Amino acid sequence: MGEWWTTETSMENYEISSISHVTMSPSRRNNLVSMYSFPLSKSSYSVISAFCTEDNIPQCISYINQELASLGLSSTCIEAISPGDTGLSTVPALNAMYELLQIHRRSMCNLEELEREQLRKSSTLEHIQMSNTRLKDQLELSIREKSGLHETERQLQLKIKTLQSCLKTEKDEVQKLQSVIASRASQYSHDAKRKEREAVKLKERLSQLLIDRKDKKLAIDVLNCLGRADGKRRHWKTTKATSSHEDEMYKSLLSDYEASQRSLMLENAELKKVLQQMKKEMMHILSPRQPSTRGATADDSQEQADLDGEAKGGDASRESLDQYCEHAREQLTNSIRQQWRKLRNHVERLDSQGTSQNQLESNKEVIPRETHEDEMERMRCEVQQCREFIHAQQQLLQQQLNTSFDDETAALLNDCYTLEEKERLKEEWRLFEEQKRNFERERKNFTEAAIRLGREKKAFEEDRASWLKNQFLNMTPFTHRRRYSSSDGQSALSISNGKIPGLACFQTKILATLCMNILPRQFLSLRFGNTEVASFAYLHPL
Amino acid sequence: MNFSEVFKQTNQLCKVSPDGKYLATCVQYRLVVRDVSTLQILQLYTCLDQVSHMEWSSDSLFILCAMYNRGLVQVWSLEQPDWHCKIDEGSIGLVSSRWSPDGRHILNTTEFHLRVTVWSLCTKAVSYIKYPKACQKGIDFSRDGRYMALAERRDCKDYVCVFVCDDWHLLRHFETETQDLAGLEWSPNGCVLAVWDSCLEYKVLLYSLDGRLLSTYSAYEWSLGVKSVSWSPSSQFLAIGSYDEKVRILNHITWKKITQFEHPAIIDNTKATVYKEAEKRPGVGSDEMPLHNITMGATLFNTQSKYEICPLPVQIPVVKPDPDRASPKIGISVLAFSSDSRYLATKNDNMATAVWVWDMQKMSLEAVLEQTSAVRCFQWDPLRPRLALCAGNTKLYLWSPGGCVSVQVPTEGGFQVQSLNWHCSGDSLILLGKEQLCLCYMDTDQEDK
Repeated sequence: MGEWWTTETSMENYEISSISHVTMSPSRRNNLVSMYSFPLSKSSYSVISAFCTEDNIPQCISYINQELASLGLSSTCIEAISPGDTGLSTVPALNAMYELLQIHRRSMCNLEELEREQLRKSSTLEHIQMSNTRLKDQLELSIREKSGLHETERQLQLKIKTLQSCLKTEKDEVQKLQSVIASRASQYSHDAKRKEREAVKLKERLSQLLIDRKDKKLAIDVLNCLGRADGKRRHWKTTKATSSHEDEMYKSLLSDYEASQRSLMLENAELKKVLQQMKKEMMHILSPRQPSTRGATADDSQEQADLDGEAKGGDASRESLDQYCEHAREQLTNSIRQQWRKLRNHVERLDSQGTSQNQLESNKEVIPRETHEDEMERMRCEVQQCREFIHAQQQLLQQQLNTSFDDETAALLNDCYTLEEKERLKEEWRLFEEQKRNFERERKNFTEAAIRLGREKKAFEEDRASWLKNQFLNMTPFTHRRRYSSSDGQSALSISNGKIPGLACFQTKILATLCMNILPRQFLSLRFGNTEVASFAYLHPL
Repeated sequence: MNFSEVFKQTNQLCKVSPDGKYLATCVQYRLVVRDVSTLQILQLYTCLDQVSHMEWSSDSLFILCAMYNRGLVQVWSLEQPDWHCKIDEGSIGLVSSRWSPDGRHILNTTEFHLRVTVWSLCTKAVSYIKYPKACQKGIDFSRDGRYMALAERRDCKDYVCVFVCDDWHLLRHFETETQDLAGLEWSPNGCVLAVWDSCLEYKVLLYSLDGRLLSTYSAYEWSLGVKSVSWSPSSQFLAIGSYDEKVRILNHITWKKITQFEHPAIIDNTKATVYKEAEKRPGVGSDEMPLHNITMGATLFNTQSKYEICPLPVQIPVVKPDPDRASPKIGISVLAFSSDSRYLATKNDNMATAVWVWDMQKMSLEAVLEQTSAVRCFQWDPLRPRLALCAGNTKLYLWSPGGCVSVQVPTEGGFQVQSLNWHCSGDSLILLGKEQLCLCYMDTDQEDK
C-alpha cells in the first residue's frame, strides 16, 4: 500500500521518543501500532486519518479484522452496524479496543520488566567485567610471580646439581685415594715379603757358604777357662732343668702378681677407710645443720629419714668390709654420693644465702671469704717482698762472689779507690786553704778599713763639734765677723786637724757629706762665707 | 764442683765399671783402665785394631773390646792382666757384641744379622740363635739377668724368643701381632715385656713373662707412630713417645692410658717454671768481667751463661722437619725417668733446644729448660732427682727440683761436651767431648738459681 512509505518516518520518530536502549528490531507490528497510538506524536494522527476515510470503511474494517485475527483476537471483530453503513458497532469495537489496550498494557509491563531485567543484567555485567579485569590483573601478577619462583627454583636446582656433582666427585676421589692406598699397601707388603724371602734365601746361602769355607775358622782362643760367675759347676741340660726353669718363671710371675695384688688390696682398704671417714664426716656435718637450715621442714624430715637409712647402710657396709662384696661396695659408693650431693646442695644454698642481703645469718660464710681475700693479698705482697729481697740478695751475692774471688785484685781496687779519694781530698784541702787565706786577707782589710773609719769618724766628730761651735759663734748678724770666723773656721778646720791641704779637702768632703746627711736643712739655710764648702755640699752629695 | 783434667778418648768409649771403682777408656787401639777417685792409670791393654765397642762385665772383672772391622772380640781381665781371650768370628763378620748378664758369655751378632753366636768363656762352647731380627732394639736382658728376650723374624712374621740366661734354654717362643717389630724391653720387675711396632704403625703390645698377651695399645692409625718407649723404674708406668709430639703414659694395672703429655710450641696456662738460658756477655758496662776471665784463664769465647725464669707465655723455637724425607726430626725421641720414678724428662726433636721435665705424681709439667743450642744428651742421677744435660758447648747444665744451674767446664781449648754419663754413685759425671773426656765431681748442695 502506498501508505507504507509515508509511515516510515513516523516509525522512526516513535521509536526515538518512546523506546530507548532496546535493541529490538522494529517490526511491522510496531509500525502498525504506531499508526493507532496515543497522542505521542502529532504526526501519527495524520497518518491514522490517512488510513481510514469515508470511502474505504468496510475495507478498513475487514483489514482491521484481519489484523485482529492475526493478533489472536478472533473473537472480537469489528462490524459495521449494517452493510453499507459508515458506522461501527460499538460493542465489538470497544471490546477490540479494550483487548488492544490490554495487549498494550501487557506489552508495556513486559517492556518495563524487560528494561528492569536489562538494567540488572547490565549492572551485573559491569560488575563482572570489573571483577574480570581485577582477576585478570591478579592472574597476570601471579603468573609473573610464578615465573619468578620458577626461575629461582631453577637456579637452586642448578646449584644443588652442581653441589651434588662436586660431592660426588669428592667422594669418588676419596674412594679412589683409599683404594689407591689400599692397593699400594698391599703391593708394598707383597713386595716387602718378597724381598724378605729373597733376603732370607740370600742369608741362608751366604751362611752356607761361610760355614762351608774352612779357611778362616771361627774360634775362640782363651788362655784358660773361667769359672762360672756364681762359682757353681755347670749343669747338664736335662728335662728336669727345663721344667725347673718353667717353675722358676712361673714362680717369679706369681710372686710379682701377689705383690701387686697385695699393694692393690692395701690401697683398696685405705681408700675404703677414707671413704668411710668421709661419709661419717659428711653425715656429721649435715646433721647438726638441720635446725639452722633454711629449708622446709619436709626437706629436713627427708634428710633425717635418709640419715636413718644411711646409718643402717653404714652398719651393713662396715660388717661386710672384710668380705669383698660387690653389693656392699656399691652401697658404700652410693651412700657417699648421696651424702656428697646433700653436702653440695647445702653449701650451694649457703652460698646463695651469702650473696643475698641476709648477711647476718650467713656471716660465717661471707666474712671468711673476705678475710681469705685479705690473706691472699697479704701473702702476695709478702711473696713480692721476698722475691725482691731474694733478688737483691742474689745481686749482692754475685757482687760479693765476683769481688771476693781474688783478694789481690780487690785490695788493688780498694787501693785505687782510696788513692783517688786522697787526691780529691788534697785538692779540696788546697782550695780550702786558698779560700781561707783569701778570707784572712779580706778580714784584715776590713779591720784596717774599720779602724780607719773609726779614726775618721772620731775626727769628724771633732770637726763637727768645732763646726757647730763655729756655727753657734757665727750666728751673729756681723758678716765680717762671719767671714773671719768662717775663715777662722776654715783655718780652724785646717789648724785643728793639722793635716796637709789635700787631706783637708778630703776631710771637708767627708764633713760635707756627713753634714748633708745629718743636718740637711739647717746646713743649707746657713750662709757660708766659705763658698768652697758650700759648693762641696752641693756638688758632692755622695 | 770440681773438674778433673782432660784425657783423651776415641769413639766416645768411656765407661765406669758397675761397681764404680774403675774407669775404662779407649784411646785408638789401647784400653786404659783408671781408678775413678785418683784417675791414675791402673792397667793398659793393647787391642789388635781400633776398638768399636767396649763393655764391662757385670762383676767388673772383665772388659770386652769389639773390633767390628776385623770381626774380633778381645776380652781383658782386671785381676789377671796376663789373661787374654780372643774371639774371631771369621768372615761371617761382626755387627754387635755384648756381655750376657752373668759376665761369662758373649753374644755376637754377625753381619746381616745372620745369627747370634753365644760364646761361653767357661766352657768355650758355642750356641747359635737363628733369624735374629735387625731392628732398633732386638735383644734385651731382664734386670735381674735371668731372662733374655730376642726378636726373631721368620717367614715374614715376628716372633719373640725368651731364653733363660743360665743355660740358654729357650723358654718361650711366641708370635707377636706386629707388622714389623721395632723393639722390645723388659719391665724393671722382669714380668712384662713391652714390644712395639715400627713407626709405620702405632702399636705397643704387652706380653707376660710366660708369653701371654696382656694388652695391646694403639693411640691412632696411619700417622707415624712410636718413636721411643721407656719403663719407669718402679714398673708402674710405661711411657710411649711418638711422632705426634706426645708422650702417653700407660699404667701397669689396666695397661690403659692414664694421661698424655703434650709438647706445644707456646707454653701457657701451666704451673711449670720455664728456665731459659741467657748468655752473660763480657763487655761494656761490667768492670769485673774481664778481670774475672783473665784470672780464670778462660778464653774470650767462653761466654758465661745463667738461667732466667721466663714468665708465661713462652714460645719455644720449632724447627719444621722436611716432609719428604723419611724418619723426620719430629716427635719424642728421648724419654728418661728419674730413679725414684718421680720425674720424666723428654725431648721433642723439632724443639731440639728444649728439655721438658714432667712430675709423675701430679701428672703435669714441672719445668722446661730452654737452651741456646740443641741439647745433645741428658741423664738422670742414679740416686737423686737430678738431671744433667749437655748441649754440645762448653757448659754443663744441671736441673733439680730446687733450681737450675749452668756450669762452665773449665778447660782450655774449648772442650765441647757431646755426651755425659753419671757415675753409679751419683757423685760424679763423666763428660765426653769429641776426643776428650773430663770428670766432674759433685759437691753436695750445689744448686742455686
